[in-house]
Amino acid sequence: MSKKTLLNSKDIEIILHRLACQLIENHNDFSNTVLIGLQPRGSFVAKRLAKLLEEEYQIKNLQLGLLDITFYRDDFGRRKAPLAAETNKMDFLVEGKKVVIIDDVLYSGRSVRAALTAMQSYGRPDNIELLVLIDRRFSRHLPIQPDYRGRQVDAINEERVLVTWKETHKKDSVYIEYK
Amino acid sequence: MSELSVEHLLGIKYLKPSDIDLIFKTADHFKEVINRPIKKVPSLRDITIANLFFENSTRTKLSFELAEKRLSADVINFSASQSSVKKGETLIDTVNNILAMKVDIVVMRHASVGAGVFLSKHVDAKIINAGDGTHEHPTQALLDSYSIREKLGDIKGKKIVIVGDILHSRVALSNIFALQLQGAQVKVCGPTTLIPKYISSLGVTVETNLKKALEWCDVANVLRVQHERMDIKYFPSTREYTQLFGINQKILDNLGKKIVIMHPGPINRGVEITSNVADSNESIILNQVENGVAVRMAVIYLLAQQVKR
Repeated sequence: MSKKTLLNSKDIEIILHRLACQLIENHNDFSNTVLIGLQPRGSFVAKRLAKLLEEEYQIKNLQLGLLDITFYRDDFGRRKAPLAAETNKMDFLVEGKKVVIIDDVLYSGRSVRAALTAMQSYGRPDNIELLVLIDRRFSRHLPIQPDYRGRQVDAINEERVLVTWKETHKKDSVYIEYK
Repeated sequence: MSELSVEHLLGIKYLKPSDIDLIFKTADHFKEVINRPIKKVPSLRDITIANLFFENSTRTKLSFELAEKRLSADVINFSASQSSVKKGETLIDTVNNILAMKVDIVVMRHASVGAGVFLSKHVDAKIINAGDGTHEHPTQALLDSYSIREKLGDIKGKKIVIVGDILHSRVALSNIFALQLQGAQVKVCGPTTLIPKYISSLGVTVETNLKKALEWCDVANVLRVQHERMDIKYFPSTREYTQLFGINQKILDNLGKKIVIMHPGPINRGVEITSNVADSNESIILNQVENGVAVRMAVIYLLAQQVKR
């Protein structure tokens, strides 16, 4: 198994800054916007973006939720190894809000589909957008596309795109793994 | 670990400590779910569950039904009083007829000890024992442990006394197994006639003086006297039982420490426990009921993962 680095920590920082600016373009002061990171890995992107927006771009009272979608997945009982649920941290309702769903890698689109269903438990948002750090083209199972993308990657199905964060793996990087 | 080591939940004695951990971790997530504005998840949309109650139940049946519905499973209910069991049908025939309607999980309460184990060997469905005679009531023990853990942080090293009719209680036996698996010390307390003769072989101690038992413990789990299972007289009168084994505020005040009071229900107020103790701050009786739904959701969810598709 070999791997190739797609993005290093500097690249990721630049991309996160760009994504933050794009969000500000569409959401101004975020007074009616909530960011929702998908557990577990989307939460890292969401927390980083929230930190950037608050510290570098002086956005105040940003609402950030961490949504666990395990119970909403469509592959329950069909996986070889069952997935364990993660903590769900949603301290607000999304009724009438603009929601930005945040994940690290967009692949089949099934997690996002599950997130859309999970969101219904928290009310009817005005609209929902999708932000992903990595968008894998040609691999979608569902008609789902991101509104904000960090980097588009062409990878075939046998390859895996993995994101590591300094919070868990000592450094920020995105790499592609060949079997 | 995100899978149970067992295929059915027939009793606590078949579980490993890691199974209990997994059930509790999953129940934590479901407890958060049932406190949301919409208390339902779609995980078990393709699962059908039959609740077969050959013996009366209100709390357990409602709790299971609610847990199943909050997981979006399809539910069918059956109670023996309105069924063909009265017409002479055997248990296997009754259940196989129900399974022919494509049922994946059976939740069963039955008056006979081992009914769940028997069924699991003869029918092709996941079996959850909701009480088999005087044997086991695993989900009750799990929710009791879960409630203790929630109140005291951990079960390891805690001292728990089970007070009352130990002889006829499936709750007592399942609780003993569950608490010991998690490293607690267990004592039973009650009239000698209502304590099984060889119970110390399970590693529990016996105390017939209520005051001493309460002074020893951190948690008292109080059980009802099961008159319906008694074919002979086990003690002279209910009044005498209350005087010797009834828990009232005065006994608790004289302990010099606070203990947690639990009861699996139904409560006979004024017999094994007085009203003001049952409704006091030390009592976690209603927390037990709330946790029951979350724990049962966890058990059903984890077993449903194994259903072949």
